[in-house]
Amino acid sequence: MHQSLETVRESLAQSHTQSKTMAKSPETEHPNKVFGWAARDKSGVLSPFNFSRRDNGENDVTVKILFCGVCHTDLHTIKNDWGYSYYPVVPGHEIVGIATKVGKNVTKFKEGDRVGVGVITGSCQSCESCDQDLENYCPQMAFTYNAIGADGTKNYGGYSDNIVVDQRFVLRFPENLPSDSGAPLLCAGITVYSPMKYYGMTEAGKHLGVAGLGGLGHVAVKIAKAFGLKVTVISSSPKKEEEAITQLGADSFLVTTDPQKMKAAIGTMDYIIDTVSAVHALYPLLGLLKVNGKLIALGLPEKPLELPMFPLVLGRKMVGGSDIGGMKETQEMLDFCAKHNITADIELIKMDEINSAMERLAKSDVKYRFVIDVANSLSPP
Amino acid sequence: MGKVLEKEAFGLAAKDNSGVLSPFSFSRRETGEKDVRFKVLFCGICHSDLHMVKNEWGSSIYPVVPGHEIVGVVTEVGAKVTKFKTGDNVGVGCLVGSCGSCDNCTEGMENYCPKLIQTYGFKYYDDTITCGGYSDHMVCDEGFVIRIPDNLPMDAAAPLLCAGITVYSPMKYHGLDKPGMHIGVVGLGGLGHVGVKFAKAMGCKVTVISTSEGKRDEAINRLGADTFLVSRDPKQVKDAMGTMDGIIDTVSATHPLLPLLGLLKHKGKLVMVGAPVKPLELPVLPLIFERKMVVGSLIGGIKETQEMMDMAAKHNITADIELISADYVNTAMERLEKADVRYRFVIDVANTLKPSPIL
Repeated sequence: MHQSLETVRESLAQSHTQSKTMAKSPETEHPNKVFGWAARDKSGVLSPFNFSRRDNGENDVTVKILFCGVCHTDLHTIKNDWGYSYYPVVPGHEIVGIATKVGKNVTKFKEGDRVGVGVITGSCQSCESCDQDLENYCPQMAFTYNAIGADGTKNYGGYSDNIVVDQRFVLRFPENLPSDSGAPLLCAGITVYSPMKYYGMTEAGKHLGVAGLGGLGHVAVKIAKAFGLKVTVISSSPKKEEEAITQLGADSFLVTTDPQKMKAAIGTMDYIIDTVSAVHALYPLLGLLKVNGKLIALGLPEKPLELPMFPLVLGRKMVGGSDIGGMKETQEMLDFCAKHNITADIELIKMDEINSAMERLAKSDVKYRFVIDVANSLSPP
Repeated sequence: MGKVLEKEAFGLAAKDNSGVLSPFSFSRRETGEKDVRFKVLFCGICHSDLHMVKNEWGSSIYPVVPGHEIVGVVTEVGAKVTKFKTGDNVGVGCLVGSCGSCDNCTEGMENYCPKLIQTYGFKYYDDTITCGGYSDHMVCDEGFVIRIPDNLPMDAAAPLLCAGITVYSPMKYHGLDKPGMHIGVVGLGGLGHVGVKFAKAMGCKVTVISTSEGKRDEAINRLGADTFLVSRDPKQVKDAMGTMDGIIDTVSATHPLLPLLGLLKHKGKLVMVGAPVKPLELPVLPLIFERKMVVGSLIGGIKETQEMMDMAAKHNITADIELISADYVNTAMERLEKADVRYRFVIDVANTLKPSPIL
């Protein structure tokens, strides 16, 4: 297990033990009752769950949740695929809602503002990464759910009626960005936007390959086109070609199982964003890159991948990674998407449809993100 | 059918994949108008030579005359040669030709030209197969000839033409050449020992990373590394986690990348110059959670090879060599296979390479 997940797991274990010894249940550990849906074990089945959240502190914003995107990470976490889940887990880190309370030190938001909360809700706020607005690389970075917050208790995510978040981790949702189809940008959007900026993949006219056409991939196509890139979707499913071109705006589509087309595309791409989370071969993707080409891995495979050295060495190619983004650049990404009218393609579902949605997500049967209509469908029994 | 070459030459060639080298008579072209002809004084033995004589990469065309760390004295220049004259000390590294017009060539990166021609084992423009520096003389287009500065000893400078540029180029390209940076060097062989010297000359703190304690004393006391780390010792690795800006990995055997990635700081770069034949396991999570990179690099362009050589002259950087006679070459290859050399064999060509006796 990667050390940062190991750290999260250890702190979750500690808090779990502590709350057991102090006989605190999720319902009683905080003053304010909250209702949501949680997974209680690694079957991953979600069901109604009563818990509680802290009072709105002086730096906090309380958000009444309108919509919450269903990220593939939610599925991995409720099934404990990565071995660090501590049940019960309330997932959800693509949250859009309305600020209902703001603490007295909060300057950036007021009651009634439309706001977003993404993948992280805490960091140390004093290390080198935090100083550079890279809270996502802070060693004490806290995930929105299934992690320990600053008060030492477990965080619960956006499959719930409200959330209380430090203002530093709240985002202003631009006016023209719809709440439902804008929600997935809070994870999927920043996850592709951040590496595009960091690795210099935004030069108009350059050629980007997007491997995998799911939540991340489809947003990557849209953002890349807004940067003026030529975009080729690289996929193992020929069926996705028409959508990729006519709906998402990709310039071309490359089926990885077609040897002739793959051969013809060798050495044609400046960069590749690899969103595939299953274990897969890097060799054919590296071949598609030009000399000095960059492949950025964003998917989180369960096992290491095989990295062939010759393509890397002979073409001075690079394999890098990226993890969401800092708060400043997440806001920048939202503003960029608002300016270019970029939203996710979503399927809106009710809260009680979440389990069948998760089954379909496991089979990649969604175009391209489920979003839960929380405000209209989440109701206590 | 290849062109008939006019000038007699002699050298050492491997005739089959046993890799055994023996005297070999052949010919080289006349000095063309852009060519530089030089008498070979010394030639370094690169690990690539060993791979090629044994056809380990599957691309060898026998007979193979290896050698791409070649230094000597100019004996003749063509009419259009402007940069060199008779008597100059020169060298030739791994490249003797490229297309000259692609993006890579125009940016001084002939080493990435899709039509690059290597110093040995490649088809030249005249349809002949190039022969390398285990031979009495070389002829080469002036665009691929390097001036050896006067203050560098020729024998110890020869290995810089491959080993030197191979570590220098990625350090410059990836910005791992700033004073105060912490650079790790994995493997202490031909590439590694030169990597330590260049990194120190660039003002970096250097840690040598090795699989065994045996080389600690050499690394620190002889080569000037600041620290030494045994990668198989989990405690030493743990203590150094997240401390290095970049790591130059010169190891060509299969080896684990996970501990090396752990040693890098956030945004750190792992530079692969060793090129293991089999794919390595790439743990993706360190790349994602700590925004690290794995990059490859292959020698360098001609302009930067000259720049590297000039820097070596300025800082008195040479390879640590074991000078051998031509008839020792097969033994040297056997020892090289066991990494039994500190740190490069160099053949004393001019004094010990004799033509095969006429029987």
